[in-house]
Amino acid sequence: MFDNLQEKFDRAFQILKGHGSITEVNVGDTLKEVRKALLDADVDYKTAKEFTQRVKEEALGREVLTSLKPGQLLVKITHEELTKLMGEAAADFRVQGKPAVILLAGLQGAGKTTHAGKLAKLIEDQFKKKVLLVACDVHRPAAVDQLKVVGESVGVDVYAEPGVLDAPGIAERGLAHAKSSGHQAVIIDTAGRLAIDEDMMREIDLVKAVAKPTETLFVVDSMTGQDAVRTAATFNERLDFDGVILTKLDGDTRGGAALSIHSVVGKPIKFVGVGEKMDALEVFHPNRMAERILGMGDVVSLVERAQQVIDEKEAARLESKIRKNKFDLEDFLQQIQQLKKMGNLKDLMSMIPGMSKALKGIDIDDNTFKQVECIIQSMTPEERANPGIINPARKQRIARGSGKDIQDINRLLKQFEDMRKMMHTMTNGAGGKRSRAAGLSALRR
Amino acid sequence: MSFLKRLFSKQEKETLDHGLEKSKSHVFSKLAKVFTGRRVVDEELMDELEEAFITADVGVETTMRLLSRLRKRARFEAYMEMDELYGMMREEMAALFHEDNRSTEAYAIPKHAEGPHVILVVGVNGVGKTTSIGKLAQRFKEQGHSVLLGAADTFRAAAIDQLKVWAERVGVPLVAQGMGADPASVAFDTLQSAVARKSDVVIIDTAGRLHNKRGLMEELAKVRRVMDKVVPGSPHEVWLVLDGSTGQNAVEQAKQFLATTDVTGLIVTKLDGTAKGGVVLAISLQFSIPVRYIGVGEKAEHLQDFILDEFLDSLLPERLIEGLDSTDSES
Ligand SMILES: Nc1nc2c(ncn2[C@@H]2O[C@H](COP(=O)(O)OP(=O)(O)OP(=O)(O)O)[C@@H](O)[C@H]2O)c(=O)[nH]1
Ligand SMILES: Nc1nc2c(ncn2[C@@H]2O[C@H](COP(=O)(O)OP(=O)(O)OP(=O)(O)O)[C@@H](O)[C@H]2O)c(=O)[nH]1
Ligand SMILES: [Mg+2]
Ligand SMILES: [Mg+2]
Repeated sequence: MFDNLQEKFDRAFQILKGHGSITEVNVGDTLKEVRKALLDADVDYKTAKEFTQRVKEEALGREVLTSLKPGQLLVKITHEELTKLMGEAAADFRVQGKPAVILLAGLQGAGKTTHAGKLAKLIEDQFKKKVLLVACDVHRPAAVDQLKVVGESVGVDVYAEPGVLDAPGIAERGLAHAKSSGHQAVIIDTAGRLAIDEDMMREIDLVKAVAKPTETLFVVDSMTGQDAVRTAATFNERLDFDGVILTKLDGDTRGGAALSIHSVVGKPIKFVGVGEKMDALEVFHPNRMAERILGMGDVVSLVERAQQVIDEKEAARLESKIRKNKFDLEDFLQQIQQLKKMGNLKDLMSMIPGMSKALKGIDIDDNTFKQVECIIQSMTPEERANPGIINPARKQRIARGSGKDIQDINRLLKQFEDMRKMMHTMTNGAGGKRSRAAGLSALRR
Repeated sequence: MSFLKRLFSKQEKETLDHGLEKSKSHVFSKLAKVFTGRRVVDEELMDELEEAFITADVGVETTMRLLSRLRKRARFEAYMEMDELYGMMREEMAALFHEDNRSTEAYAIPKHAEGPHVILVVGVNGVGKTTSIGKLAQRFKEQGHSVLLGAADTFRAAAIDQLKVWAERVGVPLVAQGMGADPASVAFDTLQSAVARKSDVVIIDTAGRLHNKRGLMEELAKVRRVMDKVVPGSPHEVWLVLDGSTGQNAVEQAKQFLATTDVTGLIVTKLDGTAKGGVVLAISLQFSIPVRYIGVGEKAEHLQDFILDEFLDSLLPERLIEGLDSTDSES
């Protein structure tokens, strides 16, 4: 999703790498590129300006204290600042109260109703609480039907009063129903509304006053442009929400809204939506997002997504191999074969550190992979496990076997080696141990 | 009734326009300061313009291009009447648009020798496809055409019910199958029914899909192919709906949908909000494709013809340049 931004950063830091030390001038050039990249990613204009200013100050200030190369230093500082901008640690999500009441609000079409369903599923599965969905969208055609279908698909009860136009009243009665029927969590779906629509904003004020939510979440489309910040700020002034759900991140948007909303509004992004299905909900990790923006890839997300097709044991084995720098060509081949089943290959591949650059301009389809598969399949098991032994004679045999040129073999081996190095550095880097299990149990506190 | 209704909707349009101006005064007033009286054309002015364009979602590349054109034409480091400068800016922006948009004629449904005029509506999730179809049906019906809708979104929860509500509200027939049915088959049925009924216009709703999902995009290409089999040459129009609050990703959306479905026109929705829809300039710069309509609300009458001058005014307002006092709330 951050492909383009990654490229820009790569290019920006390329400029700097040519210089021996950080000077006002070369930082200036690089940061101009950085700022452009941020704006292209829809980061709020002011946020981008302040951000680059801050990175510059940091960079010039730290120059004498470090032995890092200027490019590395700037990457490090930019990464740190970017992470800070998005809210540092993953925020937690509590389902407390008797019942816990979650109110969803946002612009039209952001994904509220869909995410009401996803949250209901999460709460039932992870928190083991019985959920009631309450249909307070009295405006959109067939909104109630939609929530009913969603509720049914996740096996959760829905409270609705079709035809009734009084949203606060429905909220009140829905809540009473939850209490009397033993539901431990209530999720209130509301109509989409513009921040400047005074009547509609008053309506949601009333819903909030009646429902006294334990958690109010602002749902926002990750493709939103410069308006994201202003809209989020207005909703926040009215509702003082607790967190944000950033939706549709399965697209290829660079998602600058994620960068600016937290810094301007001061509220954490708690979840990201990554698809239309009810399990396409993930915890937001600012650190990962920052890594991803900087082209550092996102090993953990890759492993998580791979879990959808690879079983947990296999994923853990892969992660540990990456950590020990033992990830080999056989693993790579298997991954490719798994990835092929998952669709949306480019997006997935771009999560492998270093790949987004390697893949630039290549239209990833089965053919791209066929070539790689073909080459690896022409190797012996020893060669796959230990590419170091592949000498010129072996290369020639592999080339003959796969019907490719020696250059193709060399390119693959080099790309693989670079990739492996970066994967290793990343997993053992500053991020520390992170796994899906840890992420979700953090939620349960 | 129809006369009264028109009168009403006209009045409503006025209040709406007023509302629009109010919501946009924020950026307008900033520009007001840029474009009043005489001043030196300098880097500071360029920076102010840059900010105005970027915050309107015009995008870095298009903004740079507009500003570099302006640098060539304006007398740099010299005093200039700001309305003259504004005129130049307007010309440069207008030049980016498809020629259809530079003429003032509204879109009219053409008559085909045989069969209906077929419009396929596509776009990413939640942008306003179904709602826009409801509005279009209302408009075409008012123009005296017989309209038939096809519910080819068989995926999203209650998508068919939603379109049904619109069909009833507007009073036009609809063809639907069940949830999970093959969209191409729904499109096929709809066109056959349209031919049998001798409908003038067919509008087909499709499920929202992100443009990077290859399988879903191919599904659309298939829907297209099937339509051509029933009514040769159809769909005559493929309209891509863009959410006006979308940022630079809209360019990528346009690119991918153009590649798979030969988009012939754009509908930009939700311009009743505070977003400016400036990304349309970036899209126009890259792809030659006219904007047909804009959505300015959730009701049937909240669809307007795209009028280039008005749209550009919402980015760079003329009214304020003429020295009208700014209602600056933020400074
Ligand atoms: N690809 C993708 N689509 C999503 C995601 N979340 C929601 N959608 C889709 O976005 C569209 C709008 O979602 P809804 O849940 O209806 O949005 P809403 O905010 O309830 O809309 P209103 O009630 O009309 O304001 C639907 O097509 C959803 O399937 C996501 O994370 N990824
Ligand atoms: N304010 C405003 N809201 C709009 C406009 N157009 C559509 N909407 C709202 O946006 C939301 C989504 O609209 P839909 O028509 O369901 O969008 P869609 O593209 O069909 O969505 P999917 O089929 O789920 O992909 C609804 O709440 C609409 O009422 C507009 O011009 N202005
Ligand atoms: Mg909804
Ligand atoms: Mg729809």
